[in-house]
Amino acid sequence: MKRSWALYAAAVAGYLFLYVPLVIVVVYSFNDSRLNAEWVGFTFDWYRRLFANDEMIQAAVNSLAIAAVASLVSTVLGTMAGFAMHRYRSRLLPVLVLTPIAIPEILMGVSLLLFFVLLNFTLGIVSVTLAHIAFCIGFVAIVVRSRLAGMDESLTEAARDCGATPAQAFRLVTLPLIMPAVIAGALMAFTLSIDDFVITFFTAGAGTQTLPLQIYSMIKISVTPEVNAVSTLLMLLTLVLIVLASKLAPGALRTS
Amino acid sequence: MRWKPRGGSMPGTSSPAEGAGVSASGARHPSWQARDRGTGRWLVSGPPLAYLLVFFAIPALIMVVASFTPPGEYGGLAPLFEDGKANLTLEAYERLAGDPIYWEVFAKSVVYAGITTLCCLVLAYPLAMLVARSPRKYRDLLMLLVILPFWSNFLIRVYAWMIILGPQSALSRAVNAVVEPLGFEPVSLLFSSFAVLVGLVYVHLPFMVLPLYANLEKHDPALLDAAQDLGANAWQRFWRVTFPLSLPGVWAGAALVFIPALGIFAIPDILGGTEDTLIGNLIKQQFLETRDWPFGSVLSIVLTAIALALAGLAAWVSRPRRTA
Amino acid sequence: MALLEIRNVTRRFGDFAAVDDVSLAIEAGEFFTLLGPSGCGKTTLLRMIAGFDLPDGGAIVLDGKDLAGDPPERRPVRTVFQSYALFPHMTVAGNVAFPLKMAKVGGAETDRQVWAALEGVQLAGKADRYPHELSGGQKQRVAIARALVTKPRVLLLDEPLAALDAKLREQLQLELINLQKDVGITFVYVTHDQTEALALSHRIAVMNHGRVEQLDEPSRIYGFPRTRFVADFIGHCNLFDGVVAASAPSGGGSLVDLDVAGLGRIRTLTQASVPAGSKGSVAVRPEKVRISSSVTQGADDNHCAGHIRDFLYMGDVTMYVVEATGGQRVEALLANSEAGRTKFFEAGDAVEAAWRFDAGHFIPG
Repeated sequence: MKRSWALYAAAVAGYLFLYVPLVIVVVYSFNDSRLNAEWVGFTFDWYRRLFANDEMIQAAVNSLAIAAVASLVSTVLGTMAGFAMHRYRSRLLPVLVLTPIAIPEILMGVSLLLFFVLLNFTLGIVSVTLAHIAFCIGFVAIVVRSRLAGMDESLTEAARDCGATPAQAFRLVTLPLIMPAVIAGALMAFTLSIDDFVITFFTAGAGTQTLPLQIYSMIKISVTPEVNAVSTLLMLLTLVLIVLASKLAPGALRTS
Repeated sequence: MRWKPRGGSMPGTSSPAEGAGVSASGARHPSWQARDRGTGRWLVSGPPLAYLLVFFAIPALIMVVASFTPPGEYGGLAPLFEDGKANLTLEAYERLAGDPIYWEVFAKSVVYAGITTLCCLVLAYPLAMLVARSPRKYRDLLMLLVILPFWSNFLIRVYAWMIILGPQSALSRAVNAVVEPLGFEPVSLLFSSFAVLVGLVYVHLPFMVLPLYANLEKHDPALLDAAQDLGANAWQRFWRVTFPLSLPGVWAGAALVFIPALGIFAIPDILGGTEDTLIGNLIKQQFLETRDWPFGSVLSIVLTAIALALAGLAAWVSRPRRTA
Repeated sequence: MALLEIRNVTRRFGDFAAVDDVSLAIEAGEFFTLLGPSGCGKTTLLRMIAGFDLPDGGAIVLDGKDLAGDPPERRPVRTVFQSYALFPHMTVAGNVAFPLKMAKVGGAETDRQVWAALEGVQLAGKADRYPHELSGGQKQRVAIARALVTKPRVLLLDEPLAALDAKLREQLQLELINLQKDVGITFVYVTHDQTEALALSHRIAVMNHGRVEQLDEPSRIYGFPRTRFVADFIGHCNLFDGVVAASAPSGGGSLVDLDVAGLGRIRTLTQASVPAGSKGSVAVRPEKVRISSSVTQGADDNHCAGHIRDFLYMGDVTMYVVEATGGQRVEALLANSEAGRTKFFEAGDAVEAAWRFDAGHFIPG
């Protein structure tokens, strides 16, 4: 098909618009200057400072711990939800699973804040994790459900026909076949959790820091290239997780 | 016997329509599964259902109740029951209805979200079109490249524009090098409505590309050939064929951009000036600074209502119809 | 007593009765086919025998035992799915071993039986392959091996050859017939392909709108269709509607004279007695109709003058459409058996179409 140069130019401009800002962040993380203004020289200094920053290390540890637990729990619950949405006709479950994804994040953040405070639940790592699980379930469920929808329904029937009980059919046939989607969902949930700012912002309370919260306070107070360094590392982590997930379940990322 | 021109049951040519037809109505919920429903169904859907009821539905309900309570003495909420009777009031709603300032913030948020949606559409369309018309083997990679920035941290993406638009940035200096000799005041790109809009567009762009691509990819290229054959030039082919067919994707993308853009608070917070207060900032303020929770709840409920109404509208407009 | 009895089985989806009060008795060792167009209820019926679906009314009885309470895994029947439904994450051997594993057959015994089952379908060499490495025909054979490995009482086959090309389908039809003879297991076969049904089956139940239209041997189904639907669905058939003018007993049935608009009086046979004045049709297979350019028929033949309106050359045979002087169309099929000739008539040729009275068959209604 003939493609006009205008379409090419516009599309290239689109890709540049998407990537130049991120490249700048990465480049300046190696820049030997306090100002993000012009290139002075190459340095690892900002990374060195990052690893000497105890607060930052603590925030990273918190983020990883939250993401690990949240992704694990939300993968289990999300897989169940995806399976249930595929198999059973239910009105309530899809609404509960999909609405958290469809509405602005801030709404879930403030309503959970209200909820935790009214229950006298101390805000901190636990409340953040509980909140993350709630919004990650939907993403996992969507990925799992779309995999199930693409699966030949008669495979489950064939398992039953061959003498498998419903539980055996799930364990020996359905689960192995949806496993790539489950793992992709888990990686997505991990990424969403480790990157989440808005919901974390409302449910973390004063004393708890995660990487995004730390980045937020740094760019609100004083911008130093340390932010570039931590951003670069975080992007690298995300990149690895997402490429992995997209290898496991092609198309899974698009469904979000 | 070997031929059967009327019956339409030439072996191999007819699709297994019966199997499919039965699956559509019966196989997805065959009744042997009905037997599993009692236990199996609740075993599977029970835990996620319970979790989301506790951590999504109940908090949402609490917010609705909170919107009808008076504010507490020291912020937060007043007790729901006082002297044995329910302590409910419409105070917060009256306050919202009575003060045009809040409506202005809502209006401003809608305008910002609207501009963002339009900009995203203009930027996303060529991108989606190019990917959709690329050779099949490159499409997934090109799409992954569009989505990848979306998966990087939201704050990092906003922060990148702080650098680009910052006072010492190459862009700012270049702009002022043009503006100042003309006798204007030096402009600050950062902390402006412009910066907020750039940030909003940047963050939400992939949400527009995805549904557009999903739609454009399904177009039959023969349609364009047919249009060309019938004498339509490139411009006419786009406006008379491609664009009308892509409208469901446009609406879906518009909803995916508009709704989250409406509730955003971090972008105005980081990139905006003092006048760039959007509804998200107002809600955040009520919950964390002023601690007027009933009023914050009212604002959140109105935002939810707008978001759900728009999502419903978009779903209705882009509902699947008979395709060519 | 029949091996498998379908007793007044009904299945509704909303207002739509997919299977409507069907009763069948299938004998042990029989190759039984459910034949019908899309949506006639044959697959629904098969799914109810397998246990994937349950009847709203009636009973399915196997070996004298009502299956209603048994989920699919407890029924001694196996299904060969249209999509084959081979487990993609298991090898060929793994697929065939699956039912044995579910039945808790021991390791060595499993190996032996898997080997025997694969030998039976000439696929022993592919035991370690994965389904996606196999051709359509090979997948089909694995699916059959998997279904037969535990020696079910009944094998259900849901359009198992529909996805294969014509050549391969013919070959597998022969294999299926031989296989069924060898294992001696009752086959219940679902298809919309009349050729396949006639070639494979001991008996055929032709279904339409959830009901059984006719249950008979293939030759009876083809030769003596009981309803217009069966006549029209199986093969190709001339159907002349008319009113019975006279009816006389003859042998076991009666000899019927029918007034057909645009054709005149037609004489035909029927098994039952038919009162004069009742309506009905004569079904005549096109290959039973002869055409000639001169009058050669005997006195007991039906004949009508007309001209060739159209013809369809199909290689081995040519189909002629004769328009009778009265306007009625008669289709005739002639084999191109003579060397060097591709057709006997041209469009427009004046001809006479004729058939013996016992070549036709009366369908009341």
